[in-house]
Amino acid sequence: MLAFKLALRNLLGAGLRTWLNVIVLSFSFIVIIWTKGLLEGWDRQAKHDMISWEIAGGQYWHHLFDPYDPFTLTDSHGTVPQQFAGQSGDTSIAPVLITQGTIYPQGRMQSVIIKGIDPDQNVIELPTSALSAGEGEIPAIIGEGMATSTGLKKGDNVILRWRDRNGTFDASEITIASVFKTTVPTVDVGQVWLPLEKLQEMMLMPGEATILITGKDMSSAPVLDDWIYKTREDLLSDVEMIIKSKSAIGIIIWGIMLLMAMLAVFDTQVLSIFRRQKEIGTYVAMGMTRGQVVGLFTLEGAMHSVLAALVGAVYGIPLLMTQSARGVAIPLNSSDFGISMAERLYPVYSLGLIAGTVLTVFIVTSIVSYWPARKIAKMNPTEALRGRIQ
Amino acid sequence: MENEKIIKIEGLKKHFPMGTGRFTALNGIDLTFGRGEFAGIIGPSGSGKTTLLNIIGSLDVPSEGSAVILGQSVGSLTPAASAALRKSQLGFIFQTYNLFQVYTVFENVEFPLLLQGIDSSRRRQMVLDALEWVGLTDKIKSRPAQLSGGESQRVAIARAMVKRPAIVLADEPTANLDAANSHHILQTMEKLNRELDTTFLFATHDEKVIGYVRRKIFLADGKVAKDELVIQN
Repeated sequence: MLAFKLALRNLLGAGLRTWLNVIVLSFSFIVIIWTKGLLEGWDRQAKHDMISWEIAGGQYWHHLFDPYDPFTLTDSHGTVPQQFAGQSGDTSIAPVLITQGTIYPQGRMQSVIIKGIDPDQNVIELPTSALSAGEGEIPAIIGEGMATSTGLKKGDNVILRWRDRNGTFDASEITIASVFKTTVPTVDVGQVWLPLEKLQEMMLMPGEATILITGKDMSSAPVLDDWIYKTREDLLSDVEMIIKSKSAIGIIIWGIMLLMAMLAVFDTQVLSIFRRQKEIGTYVAMGMTRGQVVGLFTLEGAMHSVLAALVGAVYGIPLLMTQSARGVAIPLNSSDFGISMAERLYPVYSLGLIAGTVLTVFIVTSIVSYWPARKIAKMNPTEALRGRIQ
Repeated sequence: MENEKIIKIEGLKKHFPMGTGRFTALNGIDLTFGRGEFAGIIGPSGSGKTTLLNIIGSLDVPSEGSAVILGQSVGSLTPAASAALRKSQLGFIFQTYNLFQVYTVFENVEFPLLLQGIDSSRRRQMVLDALEWVGLTDKIKSRPAQLSGGESQRVAIARAMVKRPAIVLADEPTANLDAANSHHILQTMEKLNRELDTTFLFATHDEKVIGYVRRKIFLADGKVAKDELVIQN
């Protein structure tokens, strides 16, 4: 308690020197928390959007389906199991038939993945209702990313070519019924969505699908012959890996900020111990042990982080809360990042993040405070009193 | 009371390493001091007076011989026991005052009492008493940078005396002061010596200090050259 009182008195008495360090340190606190909060918010938003737009409650994959091998698409389809057939418009299942094809926008040739889905499905957020079109035309929906890369827009017609189950090439004109906006590139880039029944007809695969997307409220996934169930966690594993690699960047920023904090405190401590030799000698002359003086200087250094946490709270809490509520505008087209990113990211600041950051900075500043303060333990007090130690 | 020997020094030698050899700062000192003495250890620079004061103050230890302060042998004290002795029984006054620059006058004088764990109301009264002894009650909120040299040294005296120590060790206390301030602080210390029966030991070569002490111990080359009592009128 005495050491705490003396340390606080020394720090406050040092005035501007203390507050400069405290402000630098508080800046480190806020940047660390802000960066980690932003990455956490990004991660949550990416997972949430992927679940809403693509994964829902989980997926059954045809046992031959491999999303990383387009050659498997020829054979990876099967009849929709009896218990899921004919449940159009419900929220429990959305069969999707997947195949390869080619479109010819503005005379250019472009390979695409063709996906057929029930226009009345309510399992994922894809706006499939636009696929309910009039007789005689093949309606299609595409994402904004696809529209940008192909130059297609709503109402455009484009030639689509595909191979049916017998290997016969066929082609027809499709009409872009809608261009949807999504943050999930895996339902957008290089993909054309058609009505399921129409694609089944085109492929000569009536009643068949490649994957079955299950509803979010499906309580259990029955075992089905020829179908492998992928849980939500299985399907998010790729994005989890991307998040992990992305968090390495966060660790680097975190390290740089911690280094800044360390340098500010370490520099102050080294300078203090050199400049305050007479004071150290006087402490010893007045009856403090050298261990107590080491403790006092260590506490002084460590208390920089306590003051910094308080100062940081004064300007950081309103700042971070405002950002958390209003989000941070992302000026770039983020699809190139390989992970979905909304136009606004909403940082998430958990209690664990804040407490962990404060604790980490406190521990680090305590260590870098103690390190130079150890020198005091070896000081000869009579030399210190004269300020003769180099 | 002066007959009670509170400092006993026998065969005291202190060597310091110097290059490949050693330098002998004290070379066989035998001295005793009674309670309430007002004594000066006098000698030119390098005569060993500060070294002797440091050993009496348990800031340093003898190389040979013994120094027993208030019944405790300095050479055999643990660091904690040595610190406890300084905290409760010894006061220091330095040539350059050594006040804590970030503290007020009140906080500087309060410091030794904080170390002793004295409660705040008693502490406050003791600090005010000490500042009254040295005539600085109107400066309690000032910081050392706002004080003159004489005022700073009076704060240092108050800080040394506030805990009512048995012994006060003053190393060249007037070296940075003009004549008027020197006489002022010496009179203050002499008054406290008489009123509180505190033993004052000065390391000095200042004629003004020598004029006040009642015992003069002349050191030369690390030895006591002369030890004389001043006959007072």
